[in-house]
Amino acid sequence: MLELALKGSKKYWGLLIVLAGIAGVAFLTWLYQLQFGLGITGLSRDVSWGFYIAQFTFLVGVAAGGVMVVLPYYLHDYKAFGRITILGEFLAVAALVMCLLFITVDLGQPMRMLNVLFYPTPNSMLFYDMIVLNGYLFLNIVVGWNVLEAERNGTHYQPWLKPLIYLSIPWAISIHTVTAYLYCGLPGRGFWLTAILAPRFLASAFAAGPALLILLCLIVRHFTRFDPGREQIQALAKIVTYALIANIFFFLCEVFVAGYSQIPEHTDHLKYLFFGLHGHGVLVPWMWTSMALMVAAIILLIVPAARRHEGVLAVSCAMLFIGAWIDKGLGLISAGFVPNPLHEVNEYMPTTPEVMITLGVWAAGFIVLTILYKMATSVKEESAGVLRTRVVES
Amino acid sequence: MKPSRRDFLKIAGASAAVGLGAVPVMEALAASGGHGTSPKAQVEKWPEGLTATHWAMVVDVRKIESAEQIEAMVEACHTVHNVPLLNEKRHEIKWIWGTHYHNAFPSQPHEHISEHLHHILFPVMCNHCQNPPCVRACPTKATFQRESDGLVLMDFHRCIGCRFCMAACPYGSRSFNFRDPRPFIAETNKKFPTRMKGVVEKCNFCAERLAVGQLPACVEASDGILTFGDLGDPDSEVSQLLKENYSLRRKPNLGTGPSVYYIV
Repeated sequence: MLELALKGSKKYWGLLIVLAGIAGVAFLTWLYQLQFGLGITGLSRDVSWGFYIAQFTFLVGVAAGGVMVVLPYYLHDYKAFGRITILGEFLAVAALVMCLLFITVDLGQPMRMLNVLFYPTPNSMLFYDMIVLNGYLFLNIVVGWNVLEAERNGTHYQPWLKPLIYLSIPWAISIHTVTAYLYCGLPGRGFWLTAILAPRFLASAFAAGPALLILLCLIVRHFTRFDPGREQIQALAKIVTYALIANIFFFLCEVFVAGYSQIPEHTDHLKYLFFGLHGHGVLVPWMWTSMALMVAAIILLIVPAARRHEGVLAVSCAMLFIGAWIDKGLGLISAGFVPNPLHEVNEYMPTTPEVMITLGVWAAGFIVLTILYKMATSVKEESAGVLRTRVVES
Repeated sequence: MKPSRRDFLKIAGASAAVGLGAVPVMEALAASGGHGTSPKAQVEKWPEGLTATHWAMVVDVRKIESAEQIEAMVEACHTVHNVPLLNEKRHEIKWIWGTHYHNAFPSQPHEHISEHLHHILFPVMCNHCQNPPCVRACPTKATFQRESDGLVLMDFHRCIGCRFCMAACPYGSRSFNFRDPRPFIAETNKKFPTRMKGVVEKCNFCAERLAVGQLPACVEASDGILTFGDLGDPDSEVSQLLKENYSLRRKPNLGTGPSVYYIV
């Protein structure tokens, strides 16, 4: 099937070249980071995880969000999603590639990465994160590839795939649960020390992942002869709406517990995010923007007329995606470190090289996504073409 | 000439044969090397080495009068351990430092704290917790708790620089080498390793000094403010001090079991 990715329009190649250019510049920047050390980032002794790990966390959510098309199709036999499961699975693959790249660029000694395998440590959550992320990547590649190939050959996919498909559903939940456990099990970090962190991660994942998928469906429809389908997009929109409301609800639960109990270890981080602490508040405008975007998206998604209008739906999905990205990709990680365990406020903002490397990883992920989607849509176009000729012949 | 597929297979086959052939050699080397039959490396104990079942530090805060006293401890520690002096605050590395009461004990302070506590600096360092969250978090066992005496130690060569331990430590006791530290070490102590960029480090209660019968460097430089000893021994000085005085530990509610005590 790879050959399908090798013949494409000028636009296809143009997109790949632009993405490769960004990834290339980022790769050079990463070489500089390897040479100098992580000192080229805005990270510090106090805020020891930043942009890279936040992107990783957000993208684990996007990967897990793919299950929102797989689950209704395979467990509830919701036939309409059969058309787009492959798009969900391939989005998960691209997101996971980005996750693994973000972990790699975040390591101080990436060449020692295999130590995690050589000295397996089951008491570390990172050990499990390694297993679930690689496992989910493997499942999605195997399932996505084989189901697509079967579709191309006009046959039913191999029976041995079925258990893997079923396995991939709880596995999707596991990747974001374990990722939340990286944070919520740490004794001294009041902001993350909450049992609702994993559910909240999942809710934001099931909002942001399918929202991106809706946008991708619209793009695919615009640029290829394959139409993911109006019903499919509308069904996804409802999933996004519920998940986004759950996400905001969980967040408000968080705000209530911190605000009403008034325990400083819990309130300080929220204060820092939304009002600033001891005169420091670089994230304040970002966080309010994020909240405004998500609330506006909820309103637009709840109103049926607005949701059914695909143009408006696209705007709400974009707003939601950006809102969730700010919340998770910018606020959640660095606010856990501010104030620090000694109650000092040392802020964090990513530096230019750090942003450059981040953009490059996103570009690399989108190269993978573009190639995989090219293959998927070509197969879909082919099979639609076969049908069309058959209709003409008869 | 471009190597053909056939050439490649020949080379690959030859390399595999060499690889297989090397196995018995390695086994022979493994059998002859090392001490005795045990596959584990044996380290002989220095006869004068200090041992304990639970090393602990007692800080007598009543004896602290000036910031210079804390500075002397920091200086002693950072010199023996090749801790670099970095100008950029973000890149800072510290094993022991002085901080205010409300920073060392963030949930304790109130407006009517005694003048003395309000003004002095408290020495803070790794607490060598009995139940260390950093050891739990480390994915490679680069940070580990030594069974014999409870010290929380690090293998700088195994650390992958993921910084999970820094997020896990509730005391902010860990530092990361954001750049090559070597150019920033005024005078290198050859008896202790320097670190490379990309790894985490922290106070080790001077495990390398204890092994040769010396007390931790900060204790020696502390003017009697710091007392170091075995809490497993009821007659040790630290046990006696804690028995006779009221003492605090940092964030005891987290269940980490710090081994650094403060007599206020």
